[in-house]
Amino acid sequence: MQNQNKFYYKIAMFCSFAGPSVFLFAAVVIAPFIFGIYLTFTNWNGISSTMSFSGKANYIALLKDTAFWVSMGKTIFYTFFSVILANVIAFFLAYLVTNHVVGRNFFRAVFFTPNLIGGIVLGYIWKFVFNKAVLTVGKMTGLPLFSSAWLSDPDKALWALILVSVWQLSGFLMLIYIAGLTGIPEDLKSAALIDGCNSWQSMKHVTIPLMAGTFTICFFLSITRCFVTYDLNLSLTAGQPYNSTKLAAMYVYNMAFESKNYGLGQAEALVLFLFVSAVAVTQVLLGKQKEVEA
Amino acid sequence: MDINKKGYIERQTSFFITMAILIISLIIYIFPFAMVIINSFKEKRDIIKEPLAIIGSRGFTFDNYVNAFFKMRFPQTFMNSLAITSCSVLLIIITTSMCAYFFVRMNYKINRIIFTIMIASMVIPFQVIMIPLVSIYGARLSMLNHRITLILMHTGFSTAMSVFLYHSFIKTSIPLSLEEAAKLDGCSRYQIFFRIVFPLLTPTTVTLIILYAMGIWNDFLLPSLVLTKKELFTLPIATQVFYGTYSTDLGLIMSSLIMVVLPIIILYIFLQRHIVAGIVAGAVKS
Repeated sequence: MQNQNKFYYKIAMFCSFAGPSVFLFAAVVIAPFIFGIYLTFTNWNGISSTMSFSGKANYIALLKDTAFWVSMGKTIFYTFFSVILANVIAFFLAYLVTNHVVGRNFFRAVFFTPNLIGGIVLGYIWKFVFNKAVLTVGKMTGLPLFSSAWLSDPDKALWALILVSVWQLSGFLMLIYIAGLTGIPEDLKSAALIDGCNSWQSMKHVTIPLMAGTFTICFFLSITRCFVTYDLNLSLTAGQPYNSTKLAAMYVYNMAFESKNYGLGQAEALVLFLFVSAVAVTQVLLGKQKEVEA
Repeated sequence: MDINKKGYIERQTSFFITMAILIISLIIYIFPFAMVIINSFKEKRDIIKEPLAIIGSRGFTFDNYVNAFFKMRFPQTFMNSLAITSCSVLLIIITTSMCAYFFVRMNYKINRIIFTIMIASMVIPFQVIMIPLVSIYGARLSMLNHRITLILMHTGFSTAMSVFLYHSFIKTSIPLSLEEAAKLDGCSRYQIFFRIVFPLLTPTTVTLIILYAMGIWNDFLLPSLVLTKKELFTLPIATQVFYGTYSTDLGLIMSSLIMVVLPIIILYIFLQRHIVAGIVAGAVKS
């Protein structure tokens, strides 16, 4: 009797403390995730109330869907350059800002500002800049780089997308690099300088190795963000011109909600997920090997 | 003496170079915002003819703001965004802090299993959830187009990371002895949590409020899937509809963008230090 009461008490406690969280989490994340895997084996169109089992048809269609692999290729290209450029610029800015300058907090605050604003609004802001302001600058200065509309040129539109991502991400990553840079003990850097290192050598042999953990975090965050970029892609280019900037996240969205091919769309979303996880995990494991203790 | 002087000159030049680079980058970072601000006060024809001029040749005008304010139903969309963001954040804070506290203090097997699943789920991007989410809650249960559905979904999506952050904070910084003393004084579990533990969680609570308030306020994809009726739109969705309908009128677009961004910028000016600290804490810990 005593035991039974205790058991019910435990259940009551569980329901009142953890219940709401666990229920919402299961309803919104776990149930759709599992249902999504089931969905890839059906041919549902999003409207009809019945869906029939179609076996591995979606996976065969996925392998044949060259447009999807093209957009995956573009996504990899976009992610690679965005991640590298954003991290280099962010580290450089963080280094300058922590280097005894006037108005350090002011610079930090301004560089971070793009991250306060959602991708949709940023995309519209830059669309105006590329379509109007850049062209006017091009007319005034005569520079060929600025004299054509980037967003309607299939070769330059993807670079426009990379530029905006770098502009936004670098301010965010800079904050994390600043936290990493200020965490390095000052005496280690002084010791290197006394031992005859110049500031570049002390950077290369002391600062950067000690910051391996920070680099791992920043690369992880930027890789996982870039691979699923959607808002910015939608408002800046909407995949145009001629689908040259259609990234994988947008491709999956259109496949499901515009072409009404939910099963195939979900199968492609799973491929994207597995790919991102594989890249992110490899990156973290490689980064962990490089970490050193101060 | 000579060496000192040389060092002094070197430091001065490196200081000036650093400042010069920073100021140039600053101008590049601000340029897009400046463009939108100056053009939002110009007339349509001036924007197309001379987008770089600070004041157009037809002069300074507020008409864009007045028109955009009514056309995007600003008061209604703003209130929608505010209600959805504040209710979601409140719900996230209460449910996940209780859940994390329970998981730390009660070492049941089921708790450990659920907590592990939550951590593992943090790698799943929204794109993998979105299609089945719409088919379950839209096609099967017809629960879309309600603000409460969106609020509960935001809460569910934020649960894993929020529980994780509270869990590690409670485990490392809330002493058990404090709770035992309260228990001896006759406090119930709920009283112990709300009167003693929850106030001590404030640093993590502030981080989470900032992280989720900004994330939910700016979120576009989930609200656009859940809310399709005009009177339920949040600010990010409203700008998009606006672009499609009035695509020729750049003045309206510029001023609507400013109105969407302004509330966040004002908040940022006042809470800058907390926001920056919160973002760093949230990013590094997860």
